[in-house]
Amino acid sequence: MSKKIALTGNYAIAYAVKLAKPDVIAAYPITPQSPIVEKLAEMIESGELKASMIRVESEHSALAACFGAAVAGARVFTATSSQGLLYMHEVVHWASRARIPMVMAVVSRTINTPWNIWPDHSDFVDQRDTGWIMAYAMDNQEAFDLTLQAFKISEDPSVYLPVMVGIEGFILSHTAMPVEIPDEKLVDDWLGERTQPYVIDGLEPKGLGPLTLPEDTEDIFYGIQLAMENSKRVIKSVDSEYGKLFGREYGGLISCYYCNNAKYIAIALGSWTGDLIEAVNTLREEGYPIGVIRVRFYRPFPREDLWEVLRGAKGVFVFDRAISFGAWGPLFTDLVAGLIQYTNKLPIIVNIVAGIAGVHVSAEDFHNMLLSLINRVESGLEHGYFDWVRIRR
Amino acid sequence: MLYEILFYGRGGQGAVTASHILVQAAIYENKYGQGFPFFSAERRGAPVTAYARISDKPILRRGVFSKADLVVVFDHRLIQLGLLKKVLIKNNGILIVNARGAEISRNHINVEGKVHVYAVDATKIAEELGLIVAGWPVVNTAMLGAIVRALPILSIQSVEKAIIEYLGPRIGESNREAASRAYKELVYLGEV
Repeated sequence: MSKKIALTGNYAIAYAVKLAKPDVIAAYPITPQSPIVEKLAEMIESGELKASMIRVESEHSALAACFGAAVAGARVFTATSSQGLLYMHEVVHWASRARIPMVMAVVSRTINTPWNIWPDHSDFVDQRDTGWIMAYAMDNQEAFDLTLQAFKISEDPSVYLPVMVGIEGFILSHTAMPVEIPDEKLVDDWLGERTQPYVIDGLEPKGLGPLTLPEDTEDIFYGIQLAMENSKRVIKSVDSEYGKLFGREYGGLISCYYCNNAKYIAIALGSWTGDLIEAVNTLREEGYPIGVIRVRFYRPFPREDLWEVLRGAKGVFVFDRAISFGAWGPLFTDLVAGLIQYTNKLPIIVNIVAGIAGVHVSAEDFHNMLLSLINRVESGLEHGYFDWVRIRR
Repeated sequence: MLYEILFYGRGGQGAVTASHILVQAAIYENKYGQGFPFFSAERRGAPVTAYARISDKPILRRGVFSKADLVVVFDHRLIQLGLLKKVLIKNNGILIVNARGAEISRNHINVEGKVHVYAVDATKIAEELGLIVAGWPVVNTAMLGAIVRALPILSIQSVEKAIIEYLGPRIGESNREAASRAYKELVYLGEV
């Protein structure tokens, strides 16, 4: 039987991991991620979850332990935030380049220094080039669903790539919301046994990561690029079969709100898209033809889906909660690079970076920003621009 | 209709747990909720803030707010510290104080219009029911009973059921009793 209970984002992820029945979990505590693995440790202690918890001295070792176990055939999970994620960065590349399926939760927290525990997306987008599939949730239910789906996508033979699932620290991680937990038996039948491209368990000699000549290495990496392309189809089919089985379908790599007949489209990733949608709700009531695209998967980057919605748009407003210092927001970079592969006549595309270091951006703030953006385009703005908006109360 | 509720308490009094239980109660009535702490490093005994949103529609907005429909104060001494000045209570809003009675003047609070003030001796209820953790009376579940009496957005039955679900039957039962008693014992002190 499915059950709806109040769960924080952290606990929602822990409950999803429990249903995925991992063999091995290794993690090192860091705010705001710690409650995920604390909950999993409790479940192991009480016997509800039959997994080994490997206690380690750092995030680098946490992911290394997961990687080793996964290579040997285990379904594994880890979670981290911010500095922890940066510290394990070397091993993040190991997992994807070795094509080893696994799942990691990233509970976003601003990168030090100064010390700051509040969320922006800088730690998550910093993993952009690692070869992991990267998903980001808007609420706790989606954090639960994405975590469970991440195992399915990662272990699909046409993908075989690790998957990370992001949520904002505190805004989701420490906020209780209603979360429906599906029936265990249904999940078991749907998810099935772990599959992976190869297993090194000592029974037959195999080498992992020996010296490989440039051409052969390039071929291996080209395979990652192909797998990323394949994963788009897998992500969509997993989303739709999950929808049929468990009643929630999100639209694949992106979610659209009010996109039909929208002259203007705002784009964002993560939980602050909720505030953005609320602002667009109000703007629609006020008669403005505007919609929202929420990017659910940052890698692979959903250029086809974005183009389908954005072709014909007059103005596109990209909200980034991360900054590439000396340039602009990462979603904006990818969006423009993606769209110019379809057209040499782009709509007006404006990039707003905001909410950096955990600064709260409310629905009212979005409403004000969108209104002024629409007015600028309507009064003849000739080309896009980038602006870092620092909201102060 | 969206209701935004702010809890002022001290670390250890269970304000964050109360916000979570309210979300659980909302689930029973097919409503939606969010419950969360002020995002910081909190300590036992220090003033803490928790937030809840309850609505009959999915809640899209996120994060903290500084304008509330209902403010609930777990320790009335926090009012003297001026903490309530930081939040704006909406017109016709509600203020509930854990106290035998409370002398609330407009100097203590920041109001949009008029505010309805209520009091309940949740500390006494907690003590009588043995709800003491590390020497502190845990008043959160009693205050939940008071909240749904003053602002009937959820039924007391849902709150009692949510308390049992969230805390488990062993410690849940006396907490459920605390909510039930506070629901009955809440006193309306009038408009300010």
